[in-house]
Amino acid sequence: MDPIKEAMLHRSRSAKLERRGRLLSLACISLIVLVVLAIFIFVASRGLATFFTNKVNLISFLSKSTWAPAVKDAHGVPQVGALPMIVGSFGVTFLSAVVATPFAVGAAIFMTEISPNLGKRILQPVIELLVGIPSVVYGFIGLSVIVPVIRTVFGGTGFGILAGTFVLFVMILPTVTSMTVDALKAVPRHYREASLALGGTRWQTISRVVLRAAMPGILTGIVFGMARAFGEALAVQMVIGNAALLPKDLISPASTLTSVLTSGIGNTVMGSLENNALWSLALLLLLMSLAFNLLIRWIGKKGEMK
Amino acid sequence: MKKLLGILAALSLTLLVACGAQDSNGESITAVGSSALQPLVEAAAEQYQSDHLGVFINVQGGGSGTGLSQIQQGAVEIGNSDLFAEEKAGIKAKALTDHRVAVVGITPIVNKSVGVKDLTVTQLRQLFTGEITNWKQVGGKNLPVVVVNRAQGSGTRATFEKWVMNGRQPLAAQEQDSTGMVRSIVASTPGAVSYVAFSYVDQTVETISLDGIAPTEKNVTTNAWPIWSYEHMYTKGKPTGLTKKFLTYMQSSRTQKRLVAKMGYIPMTAMQVTRDVQGNVVRK
Amino acid sequence: MSAKSIDKLMTGMLYLIAGVIVLLLAGLLGYILVQGLPHVSWHFLTSPAKSFEAGGGIGIQLFNSFYLLVLSMLISVPLALGAGIYLAEYAKKNWVTDVVRTAIEILSSLPSVVVGLFGFLVFVLQFKFGFSILSGALALTMFNLPLLTRNVEDSLRQVGFTQREAGLALGLSRWETVVHVVIPEALPGILTGMILGAGRVFGEAAALIYTAGQSAPALNFGDWNPLHIASPLNPFRPAETLAVHIWKINSEGIQPDAAAVSAGASAVLIIAVLAFNLLARWGGNRLYKRMTAG
Repeated sequence: MDPIKEAMLHRSRSAKLERRGRLLSLACISLIVLVVLAIFIFVASRGLATFFTNKVNLISFLSKSTWAPAVKDAHGVPQVGALPMIVGSFGVTFLSAVVATPFAVGAAIFMTEISPNLGKRILQPVIELLVGIPSVVYGFIGLSVIVPVIRTVFGGTGFGILAGTFVLFVMILPTVTSMTVDALKAVPRHYREASLALGGTRWQTISRVVLRAAMPGILTGIVFGMARAFGEALAVQMVIGNAALLPKDLISPASTLTSVLTSGIGNTVMGSLENNALWSLALLLLLMSLAFNLLIRWIGKKGEMK
Repeated sequence: MKKLLGILAALSLTLLVACGAQDSNGESITAVGSSALQPLVEAAAEQYQSDHLGVFINVQGGGSGTGLSQIQQGAVEIGNSDLFAEEKAGIKAKALTDHRVAVVGITPIVNKSVGVKDLTVTQLRQLFTGEITNWKQVGGKNLPVVVVNRAQGSGTRATFEKWVMNGRQPLAAQEQDSTGMVRSIVASTPGAVSYVAFSYVDQTVETISLDGIAPTEKNVTTNAWPIWSYEHMYTKGKPTGLTKKFLTYMQSSRTQKRLVAKMGYIPMTAMQVTRDVQGNVVRK
Repeated sequence: MSAKSIDKLMTGMLYLIAGVIVLLLAGLLGYILVQGLPHVSWHFLTSPAKSFEAGGGIGIQLFNSFYLLVLSMLISVPLALGAGIYLAEYAKKNWVTDVVRTAIEILSSLPSVVVGLFGFLVFVLQFKFGFSILSGALALTMFNLPLLTRNVEDSLRQVGFTQREAGLALGLSRWETVVHVVIPEALPGILTGMILGAGRVFGEAAALIYTAGQSAPALNFGDWNPLHIASPLNPFRPAETLAVHIWKINSEGIQPDAAAVSAGASAVLIIAVLAFNLLARWGGNRLYKRMTAG
């Protein structure tokens, strides 16, 4: 018998199935939420130990610029100042977003407004491929191509925020582009028609109507890209130089939260101050990604109200 | 959907069965820790397993800190470390038994462009503290010094600082968490200086003699070259069973002479001195 | 400047940007392939790695990568399907749903090294799975779930509401509508997302270093009983994947030909990801045609 017909004849069974299905999907989502909670509690309990067990001052953690958890200063307080990493992380994140945005928005406009055909056939696969390249590979290309280029052009060692920015630019480009494409596609067709009918050129339509209307979506895409850049570890770690110094310029070695976390975690003993301090960095990362998410939500709400 | 659920059920069943059957697979032990020691233990384990069928030795990296904290918790059978357990904060060394399986010599390396082949220990220290900023100050070319450090807490860095820095803190500079990265950065960056284990030196970088003494294995065996460390395999308490047999195999003169030397480590049997955790040297 | 010439100029700019991006990818791929392909041979693809001599291959690592991928997809796909269905079809629009969504997003922006360490402490030590494919697959599941869930939800949402109404009007329950009407319609999108996710999983290293481990013990390819330790199918053996192998060779490798092996392995990895992408496009289109009788 046809499954649809069968379903119609046995109402009670169908209702049972409905309940079971609903429960099943609810179980899946609960499991995921549980995992997130577990990670959060796990990272928080270790990250907070730095402040409660090891008595490190939260303010000095955020504002001091010497990172040497194994070394105590003159007052016997371990030197855990995360400021250089915080500055480094924000530096590469904002700069890469600044560089990536024009490219991403440009590419998205090209794909939706100028030449949807070329866009779908060439640009779309290219963007998807960029997502697929593993970050280890990005890191090695950065190390063997970008760093030497920066060294010959700008001097210095080539390692630093500039190199990190270039690598991250390529890595977040696909994210921002595809989200911008979605935002542009969501702009109703009659907006464009109205503008063109008023005698606007294509560019006038794009810049004054389409981009305006899609702005919240584009901003969301940019923030998404920044969230990805903030959490990226391996590729940035290879090119930024990992020096826990407040960056003076863009071409001297700096560090990010992830790079210090990744390179140090295997060398420390669980439960020791050195280890806890690294988990505090992880907690900071987690809170930042929470902040980025709230920002995205807020932009979304603002956009909705228009 | 139903098919999917069926596959899932079958899979979890397999896993359950595999879970139950896991222990009946003959003896197996796990060694975790130092990534510098990992290749040696892996190679030795491979040979040991081909000689003794049915045993399984699982060798993993993860860093000396991971090795020591896991052996302390008793989560693994062997914890590999580049450092004495006493040197690592947070480890109760009393509960652990030390098995030294090899010696690693560490040498300063520089980029080929610096034009310096010999330094005094003081000069080397000043390079790393930032007091010397240009290679011409130590008789080299007019080239700024670029210091590349290993990550904080790395065994190689601890050994280097113990025998070179004399209690001084190095300046905050680039840090890399692996020897391979350090070597390729030094090879490609003009004016770079860092340090690596002997076995990683190749033609892309230049080694430095200290006070006229060259970084050779022979000089390590007599302690004339002081920058070296033991590679330790720690067990919790006294080793038993397969762990004991495998450690004996690692320390046997056959393994030491053949495998250890072939892989670029210095065999324990070649050492003419011993050194304790405080650095006191005793001639054998 | 008149509006017309500005329009021309900006169109030119947009073409330029599109061109630059295409060139960027071409350059990246070209660089990796030119560096790596000369080292790739049948021997390289099939022989086991050597720990300190030249001439090692990536055979076992390649197999491990695929097996780990299959296992983690087997765990994460049903979960993501369920979660995606709930979010798209059942979830009410209230703060609880908001929190759930935020939680999933956070999981996706977590640095993979944190996921790896969490997996190490929970799966490897707490559950006593040891350094194993299973631990690795579970860690990768955590890494993969948010993206897959999002993808499933988006794909389901893109299915027109009339389709659902049709299903409901026929007297189907909501669940049956989802399973028999909405999912088939959304399948191409879901599939594309899965295969792209597979590519990401394939290249992941940091989350696996502490879970699936970084050693690849010799395998006996004649023994397919998943309970034997040397069997390729045993989910409890440690398994170094291709991406982890690249990372390891570059960080501590003492093989004389480490650079060549790493370049070759990178090329193979890229080709695999490329293949996944092509498969996704081809499979997605084909499936869509079949499902929609178009």
